[in-house]
Amino acid sequence: MNDKIKVTIDGIECWTEEGKYIIDVAKENGIYIPSLCHMEGIKPAGSCRICNVQINGRNMTACSTPAADGMNIESNIPELEEMRKAIVEVMFVAGNHFCPACEKSGNCELQALGYRYQMMVPRFPYEFPEKGVNADSKYIYHDRNRCIICKRCVRSIMKDGKHVFALNGRGGEKLHVEIDTDLASQLTEAEAQEAMDICPVGAILKKERGYYSPIGERKFDKAPIGSEIENK
Amino acid sequence: MKDKVQNIIGEYQNDKNRLMDILIDIQAEFKCIPAEAIETIAGQLIMSKADVRQTLSFYHFFTTEPTGKYTVYLNDSVVAEMMGRNEIAKAFENEIGVKFGSVTDDGLVGLFNTADIGMNDQEPAALINGVPFTNLTISKVKELVAGFKAGREVKDMVGKCGDGMNADERIMSMVNSNCQRKHGSILCLEYEVGSALKRAVNITREAVIETMRSSNLRGRGGAGFPAGLKWEFCRKSGGDINYLVCNADEGEPGTFKDRVLLTEMPEQMFEGMVIAGYAIDADEGVLYLRAEYYYLKAYLEDVLQKMRNDNLLGDKILDVEGFNFDIRIQMGAGAYVCGEESALIESMEGKRGEPRNRPPFPVQSGYHNEPTVVNNVETLSTVVKIILHSADWFKAIGTRESAGTKVLSISGDCKNPGVYEVEYGISVNEMLEMVGATSVQAVQVAGPSGACIGPDKFNQTIAFEDLATGGAMIVIGKDRDLLKEVVLNYISFFIDESCGSCAPCRSLTLILKNKFLKLLNGYGTMKDIDELYSWGKYMKQANRCGLGQTAANPILTTIENFRPLYEALVKTDDEFVSEFNMDKAVEASCKYVDRIPNVH
Amino acid sequence: MSKPVVATTSLAGCFGCHMSLLDIDERILELIELVEFNKSPIDDIKTFTKQCDIGLIEGGCCNSENVHVLKDFRKNCKILVSVGECAIMGGLPALRNGIPIEECIREAYLDGPTVSLNEEQILPNDDELPMLLDKVYPCHEIVKIDYYLPGCPPRADLIWNALIALVTGDEMKLPYEVVKFD
Ligand SMILES: Cc1cc2nc3c(=O)[nH]c(=O)nc-3n(C[C@H](O)[C@H](O)[C@H](O)COP(=O)(O)O)c2cc1C
Ligand code: SF4
Ligand code: SF4
Ligand code: SF4
Ligand code: FES
Repeated sequence: MNDKIKVTIDGIECWTEEGKYIIDVAKENGIYIPSLCHMEGIKPAGSCRICNVQINGRNMTACSTPAADGMNIESNIPELEEMRKAIVEVMFVAGNHFCPACEKSGNCELQALGYRYQMMVPRFPYEFPEKGVNADSKYIYHDRNRCIICKRCVRSIMKDGKHVFALNGRGGEKLHVEIDTDLASQLTEAEAQEAMDICPVGAILKKERGYYSPIGERKFDKAPIGSEIENK
Repeated sequence: MKDKVQNIIGEYQNDKNRLMDILIDIQAEFKCIPAEAIETIAGQLIMSKADVRQTLSFYHFFTTEPTGKYTVYLNDSVVAEMMGRNEIAKAFENEIGVKFGSVTDDGLVGLFNTADIGMNDQEPAALINGVPFTNLTISKVKELVAGFKAGREVKDMVGKCGDGMNADERIMSMVNSNCQRKHGSILCLEYEVGSALKRAVNITREAVIETMRSSNLRGRGGAGFPAGLKWEFCRKSGGDINYLVCNADEGEPGTFKDRVLLTEMPEQMFEGMVIAGYAIDADEGVLYLRAEYYYLKAYLEDVLQKMRNDNLLGDKILDVEGFNFDIRIQMGAGAYVCGEESALIESMEGKRGEPRNRPPFPVQSGYHNEPTVVNNVETLSTVVKIILHSADWFKAIGTRESAGTKVLSISGDCKNPGVYEVEYGISVNEMLEMVGATSVQAVQVAGPSGACIGPDKFNQTIAFEDLATGGAMIVIGKDRDLLKEVVLNYISFFIDESCGSCAPCRSLTLILKNKFLKLLNGYGTMKDIDELYSWGKYMKQANRCGLGQTAANPILTTIENFRPLYEALVKTDDEFVSEFNMDKAVEASCKYVDRIPNVH
Repeated sequence: MSKPVVATTSLAGCFGCHMSLLDIDERILELIELVEFNKSPIDDIKTFTKQCDIGLIEGGCCNSENVHVLKDFRKNCKILVSVGECAIMGGLPALRNGIPIEECIREAYLDGPTVSLNEEQILPNDDELPMLLDKVYPCHEIVKIDYYLPGCPPRADLIWNALIALVTGDEMKLPYEVVKFD
């Protein structure tokens, strides 16, 4: 096929088709680029900034930048790894993450990045911000304390063609994700489960059943996030 | 109410993309956007209520509670504070009896703070029901409040009109243009409206672009991208329709030169838009006007109508077959980040003003996903003179990498604040002399997103290759507390104005502020200064748009240029200082259980 | 050479971290050989009798007493280690941090579902009692902390590896399985 293009990621030559996002190209080639807001198949948000890679010395987010022929991409460099770790730490202090009491613990992508980067303590002071919860709809419990505003739910969860989740407010202190209670009340149990699965952290939980996998058998208990890509 | 709301939505053809306009009209009608209106909009535009609130809650001037029959938005920018806005705020509060951020019980007056309103050369200033009141004094406040109580029309309280076109009957505003150099070398040159456009349509579209390219005109909005190249990219994008947008969002605190260009020579800017529209083969142009400049809207609409009458706008412009181009004005609603070109486009489409991921760039996929050129007011105004006088004439002015002139908005501690058209290459020292600034501690170049420099750098020059600026120059006198009065205000500004998309821009800014406060409050260590600096660097690396990338600049550039001010805040050699205060920490619980704290 | 001296305490914690320390199983015998314990619930020494090398802190600070003990540890230990989520970030007790202290006290002594014997509506206010802080503080906001061992509780292997590293000066082993936040 001659419409294949070649990019180099951390020195590894990768062949792919035009238009694919760098993060997906990397994945196909066994390279893990850390990410949080990215979700294959939906419009990129570029909001967590963790997937920043360097292309010609410029930082670009791998989840939103399409691969172009001849691109030389650097991802696994100390400067970026340091920044990624810092962003993870920012997220821990900017919310209220009581992992021991969180249903998503062990299956949470933010926590998993904390593990991958061996975060012993965030370098930033804890803020303990006041954030609300919304449990008004039948199946969904939305806890803003754990929401990292990755916008996965905002981008993807619809009911009758309308957005169930939306941003609200602007600015560092006011911005949050709001759930449209009317619309959320119409979600079926399966749709609620889907919403929970889309959320990378424990901000969207499906009511009625929790802690379904025992400690030791959860997604990130034994191997770091990304190792499933790296070890393929 | 429902009928009124439905009518408003109908006026915009039930078009979701016009949600901004719909909300603006509803806010004007009801002094807020009530829950019932949200329900009606959601129903009619087939979106969830949360989705409507998603856009609504982004903009400072949209509210869900009524803001009072008289709504006062008092500027709280750095220069406003320097010029005494806090006394003015107190005067308002005393006269009216409510605090800022609230409305009187009878719904008569609402007092609110707002970020820079583009009047830095005549602070303290406020917008009252959209009408600017500048150079406020305590007695003026008293007079205003008396007027509120007597039910007077806001316009009638303006009093004496300002200079230049501000006194025109279509504006009648007390704002002053303060054009300090009336006979500047490019923009302020007199010319006959329409003459440049006549020249342009006599050459090919490609030739117009070629003229721009060879003139080396670079964008005046801040980033300095070559205008001709941008136009060429757009032309070559091969879209169905191309759009031309003039960016008049002017939100960078300390910048007000676009306001003056809009007031004093709108024809020049509009003509520049038409020329650009011709060059890129666009049918539609949009002027994105910040909400704070609403008082100019009727005037600008009238200018546009005149141009239509003169065949300078509309169908078959200057009788050129197939050259149809019209301009509409899109109002903003209070969001600094909407000045970022892709955020501006999102806003024009009725959404939150969140900058887009790039690529694709607006010239590839902009307004309605079609190729779009966004240029600053000053850039487009300059186009006219380049067409009239030639690229070579233009190139001869300024420096090699920065051709032409720059309109500076100069404010702060100086004798003659206002707007100055200067040649690129002027040094900061020369500038300070020009504005009558003596005893200067620092100059904030290009507003908060720029750099704060001290006297050791005043020999540097204003040019893209040296000190780049979108135009804001704020002079900070020797007696000011630079960190407390300037830097802290800017940090808070960025926190409020962040669109919130990027995690570091949303959250790290708050962390930086707390760290900065730790130092200001006397709990800092030398290590804190270093951490503040290294954490600030992440902002540059990580964020998507210019706002987040520069949001730490007030901290970074003052640590670089004024480190002794920080070190003076450190009271100890200890590596660790805790902010924990036992007295404070136990106060509330002891009080509640009725016990005298025994802290030893 | 004398053995390194270790002190431990539980502030606003649940003793789970101490349990985890004991969970090193038979290695406890090895530990006794390696170090000497001073002030600690393990040997029930109530006050410092000498300068210590390592202080292990479980729990964050929820009241004035916690703060005093923590500062006392800082004074008497060369190296302080925050052990467990509560010491590091307040842990479960810090769930109250978003709730005004008045409401917490009311819930605990007046309104809560488990309150049954407080007909006179007494709020404890004896001078001898520790005073409640406005929120639960991570230890490192009050004194300088040198190392952190996350987990709720930290895995026994993590505590073991850390102690060995501190005592021997070797680099600490951190296999993936031992760094966990729950
Ligand atoms: C946060 C932010 C705010 C901006 N505000 C403005 C503005 O108010 N006016 C403006 O012309 N450009 C502004 N810009 C720059 C625009 O993104 C864009 O570069 C400019 O409008 C292009 O026009 P020019 O090439 O003619 O300068 C801003 C950029 C950022 C990142
Ligand atoms: S969402 Fe993730 S990081 Fe946050 S508390 Fe739950 S498990 Fe921990
Ligand atoms: S609720 Fe979950 S999916 Fe939605 S923005 Fe928050 S973290 Fe992301
Ligand atoms: S840097 Fe800040 S303002 Fe810019 S897109 Fe990101 S969050 Fe929004
Ligand atoms: S995964 Fe790319 S920015 Fe979040």
